[in-house]
Formats: sequence, C-alpha cells, structure tokens
Amino acid sequence: MHCLWCHEEIIPEVTWTNLFRIHQEQLLCSTCEEQLPLIPSNGCKRCSRPVEQKEVCEDCKRWESSPEWRGLLTRNISVYIYTPFMKDIMARWKYRGDYILISMFQHHIRQVFSRTLSQQEGVLVPVPLSEERLRERGFNQAQAIAELLPLPIEHALIRIQSEKQAKKSRSERLQSSNPFRLVKPIEQPVILVDDLYTTGMTIRWAAQILKGAGATEIYSFTLIRS
Amino acid sequence: MINDQTIMNYARFCSGKLLLRQELPFSNEEIDDLIRKHYLAEIPGIIETWSGYRCNRCGNEKNHLFGIIPRACASDPVLPHHLLSSSEKSTLRKYFPFYQRKLQISNSSSQPYRHDIYCRKCIEMGRVSTFEPLYRWDGPSVNLPTIQHACRWRGKLTPFQKQAANRIRTAIQQQTELLVWAVCGAGKTEMLYPGLNWAFSRGFRVCLATPRTDVVTELYPRLQQTFPSIEIVPLYGGTPHKDENAQLVIATTHQLLRYNHAFDVMVIDEIDAFPFHADPMLPHAAGRARKPDSASIYLTATPRPKMKWKFRVNLLPAVFVPARYHGHPLPVPQFVSVLRLRSCLKKQRLPEPVQIWLRKQQASKRQLLIFVPTVEDAHLIHSLIPDSKKVFARSPERKEVIEQFRLQKIQILVTTTILERGVTFPSVDVAVIDAGHNVFDEAALVQISGRAGRSADDPFGEVVFFYQNKTSAMVQARRSIQKMNQRAKHTHDYCPTEQEE
Repeated sequence: MHCLWCHEEIIPEVTWTNLFRIHQEQLLCSTCEEQLPLIPSNGCKRCSRPVEQKEVCEDCKRWESSPEWRGLLTRNISVYIYTPFMKDIMARWKYRGDYILISMFQHHIRQVFSRTLSQQEGVLVPVPLSEERLRERGFNQAQAIAELLPLPIEHALIRIQSEKQAKKSRSERLQSSNPFRLVKPIEQPVILVDDLYTTGMTIRWAAQILKGAGATEIYSFTLIRS
Repeated sequence: MINDQTIMNYARFCSGKLLLRQELPFSNEEIDDLIRKHYLAEIPGIIETWSGYRCNRCGNEKNHLFGIIPRACASDPVLPHHLLSSSEKSTLRKYFPFYQRKLQISNSSSQPYRHDIYCRKCIEMGRVSTFEPLYRWDGPSVNLPTIQHACRWRGKLTPFQKQAANRIRTAIQQQTELLVWAVCGAGKTEMLYPGLNWAFSRGFRVCLATPRTDVVTELYPRLQQTFPSIEIVPLYGGTPHKDENAQLVIATTHQLLRYNHAFDVMVIDEIDAFPFHADPMLPHAAGRARKPDSASIYLTATPRPKMKWKFRVNLLPAVFVPARYHGHPLPVPQFVSVLRLRSCLKKQRLPEPVQIWLRKQQASKRQLLIFVPTVEDAHLIHSLIPDSKKVFARSPERKEVIEQFRLQKIQILVTTTILERGVTFPSVDVAVIDAGHNVFDEAALVQISGRAGRSADDPFGEVVFFYQNKTSAMVQARRSIQKMNQRAKHTHDYCPTEQEE
C-alpha cells in the first residue's frame, strides 16, 4: 500500500491489539495524515472560521448587517482550514484533476458531518461548475464531496457564468452578478456543498436563488474555511 | 484551410512533440483537419495491458499510480455492478467505500456506466487519461538553419578538456553514446562547445537536459552568450518560454515527457542526480525524446554502479577528465573519528573534535559549508554554531540564503544534501557531520568534497568528514577521489606534448 499523497510505502504496524483483526487499509501515511488541518470546533458559530473568544466573527457580522444578505445562510460547516499543505492538495486535486484524492478526506468529512448536521433533514445541492469547466476537469469537486454524505443529492442549480473567483478580490466578487440559475425548485431545507468558503459570496449567491424558490433553510457544508 | 505553406506554421510548434489537447494552441476544427490529413496522430493516453494499465506519456505501469474518475458522477451516480471487472470493483471499494451503497442500488439499473482511468504519475504535467488522448506530430519536420561558427567562446581548453571535447565531437558526428566522466569543477560545459558548434553547422536539433531546475536557469544565460546566433529555449516547471522548434533546448528531464523523436543530439548533464536515477519515468522520457539515429552524451562526476559496469564491459564508451580546469588536484577528504557523536548531539552539544576544528577553521578566511544528514540536524547544528545560517529543501528563504552565501555575506552555512552539487562557491572549506549516515552515499560524498577549491584563485580547501561509524561509502569516496588525482598526475607526467599545446 502506498500513501495517496506522497506515494511513500505504508508499512502497517503490527501490535497485539491489531494482530488478529482484519486489517483496515490506510490511505495516507502517518506523516501526511497528521498534516491534515482539522478546523477547531470552537470557531465562529456561523461560518466555522477559527476565531478566539467570539461568538460570531467580523466577517459574518458584516454579512448580517446588510439587508440583502441577512439571515440567508443559517450556518456553514467546514472540515479543514487553509494551510500551505491543503493548498498543495487542492492544487493537485482540483486544478490538475487528481480525482482520487477526495478519498483522503472521506473519513473526516463524514465525521464532521455526523457531528454537526446529521440530525438535519433536507437535500444536498452541490455548487455547480460551468459546462466548459466540467468537461475540462472531468468531475465536479463539490459533487465529489456531496457523494460522501448520507443525504440525497439534487442538482438544483446550473452555472451560467464561468468561474474566475479565485483571482478576484473581495470587493470585485461582491460587485459581480449572480452566476447561478435555478433549474429545479426545492421546498425543504437545503445543504449547499462546495470545496472552499472564502468570502462566502458563492454560497450566498446560490442560497439567494434557492431561498427565492422556496427552500426553507440554507446550510452549507464546505471542505475548507480559509 | 491547411495547405503546404501553412502546414509549416503548425510543424514549427508540434514537430517532435507529444502533447495534450490543452497544450495545442489550435481550434478544434484545425486539429480535426490536421488529423484527417494525417499530419497529427491521436494516440490513446492510457492503454490496457495484461496486468493493468500503461500511461503512453510517462510509461507508468504501477497500478497504485492510476486513479479513476467515475463518469457517472457528472449526472446521477449509477453503477451497474455486472459491467465491472473484479479488479475494478476492488479498486472502487478500496478508494470509494461510499460507492458500495450505490453499487447495490444500481444493480438493477440499465443506464450505461463509464469510468475513466488517469495517470497519477505524470499528473503534474497535465492529466493523461482514457478521455484525454495524446497528439503526436506525423507531418513534415522543419529544417533548421545551418549556422557556421556559432560559438563565440574564446577561452582555451586544457589538454584534458580538449581530449574530451574531441571525443564528444566525434560521438556527435558518428551518432553514438558517450559517457564523460569528469571530476567536479572540470569545466564540463566548455567541453561541449566544439561538438555543439559542429552540430549547429549541420542544422541539428540539440537538447541539453538535466534533472535539476537550477542548472537549467544557470546554463541558459551562459549558453546564450556563447551561441548568440542560435535560438535557445529553457524549459522547466513554470517556464514562461515556449519551444517553437528552437535549435537548442535546455530542459529539465521532466520536460522531455512532451517530446517524441525530436533531437539529433541529447546531452544529459548530471545524469546520476536525483531524481533521474531513481525514477524510471525520466530515462524513458529521455530515450523517447531523441531520434532513433542520434548521439547521447552523458556528463557526470559520479556515475552510478550500473553505468560504471556498462563502461567496464565496453558497452558504453567513456572519456575521463581527471583534473580540474585550473589543474590542481581535488581536495582529499580527511576522516575524523568522533566517539559518541550522536549522543553528544542529543545533549545539544557540539562534539569536542568538531569544536577544535571549527576554531582552527575560523582563523582562515574561507567560508564554511557544513553538511548534515537530516533537516532536524540542520536545525540543531545551526542553533549550536553562532552566526551560522541554515538551508534545506523546504526552507522558505532557500534562494536568498544561498545567494547571500555566494556573495560572502554569510560565513557559515549549514545545509542538507541539497547543496551537494550544481553550486559553485569560490572559496570554501567543507565539513560533513555524521558522514557515516546512510543519506551520504559514495556519489554524494564525492560531490560534497567537490565543493571545495573550485576557483583558480584559491584552488585548495579542506574537506573533513566527522563520523561515528566509518562506512564503505566514505572509504570508496576517498578512494575514487585519490584515483582521479593519480590519473591526472600520471597523464600529466606522460603526456608532456599535450600540455604544451
């Protein structure tokens, strides 16, 4: 067995406790496993951002003070924080298209989901990619995350504008128009799924449309809170 | 529309290459047209073999270095279980336990399921997969200009260099292989000039490949000065340059993955360096990048055992350059035994012999380069020696620190093996702490010793190996340095005519 990330060979340690058990295959070597930066659970109550001794972070206060966006997103749950290590992984997973890397997060994704949103009824809506990007990449990373979660998936949205988010500043993002369009209204709680929560703009664009079409409550589940 | 005139514009970009769709700057219509006219061939990225798969770009056949993308993922995930082979099923189960649920659901479904296989080995160069084929140029090739007397270098080669240069030129003329076994600091690049000069006069396409990016960036300006009339392009990860049939390509060996029967002359510098010898993908790429009839020149100071063996049984002709360009012998490492070196370091203390030597060394004007086996040791030794700096592969200010050391702003530099080769500091002494550690193999120790005494102004330098356990690598390294010195002396004594030339 080789480590999924660094390709080093994993030599499982045999001890008296696991000698007679059926061996569970490890996907990552212990060095890489340790570097996965799980988000601390005492972060911002709204967006999971790691902050000290505050209920709600400045970022969320800013969103809540605007009448257009107030109360749109009930809560964001993230699994990891954005470290250089995570950045490298995202670069290979998303931009190079190394799809199989999703399985190195699966354990944590499910753990965090069951701790936070497992009682939640509703459907998962992965944030869509544009046709063009999907063809190029061969998969949608948000969909890949959603498939790990135990709720039904609905493709309620499509993206009509291309994604160039990563290169824009906060103010530029706020000014651009909504890149999504509704294809299927959902009249239950919705959990939006995406890979990154940076400013929260993308998630809120999607939330705005879904709520306008009858969704009762919007949560979001993102892999990384940066 | 593509006709005979415009075809050359395409050929200039594609000739001798093996590219992905996104690397071709043409529209879909153009590509279809080129394929229809058999100028461009579309070949599958991944092919199935009896034991699994094979990547047609990097030659990877290891099953753990292939990934799968379930196609069904784009719409509704349905996997008809009965359509999968048993190995596919086990791969799916291993990496995607969550599919089990869906596998069960989809057993009854009739919707076709597809998944794609992609290569994870060469994914940093763009993904090759069963839905992303490779494109190979089969059309006419571009004739390169023949340029006489391209070389503007006016220096003089030493007799040893001249002898090697002649052999290199003959190898290029006869399109054969040649190993150039030249000591560290022999002036390898200059020895190539006569051969390259000849190659350009015939309109040959030449590639100078090396495993290391810093060598590429260092050679590029140098060769530009030497061959001002030749089109040269440097290629490495993240290079802004594009190769449009340049006459001389200076590339990292990874970049050769994008070539196919392109070069008449292939020079591989530092052929024994990491990762070339450790990664079968790179020799595969280098072998494919050159034309079937072409010359290969391998330059190294420390050939790997396999190459030495090939040379000994006359499978690979070789030429020695046993002396440095300034003619002085290589510094021979001194061995200093240190009892309980490890336990001493564990106690955060520098061993006594090291301290004594350091005090003595600091009286001299030379800078000091201290090699340590691991990054942890680099941190430790750095903290124990005042006014020292440290550098290792992942250190953030790696480039700046090396540059400062080069400019002599730092007196003592603690480093891991990353500085073992390719760098030249004019006047340094070298110490290796725990030379018996297994990261220091023979090649590494010879290269490390080769850092000292490289300039003609100060051709001497001390090399000291501090060790707890003496290893055969250390002994072999010292022996091979002594052998080279002897060979140099011997040849000097018996070939007085050559010296006078």
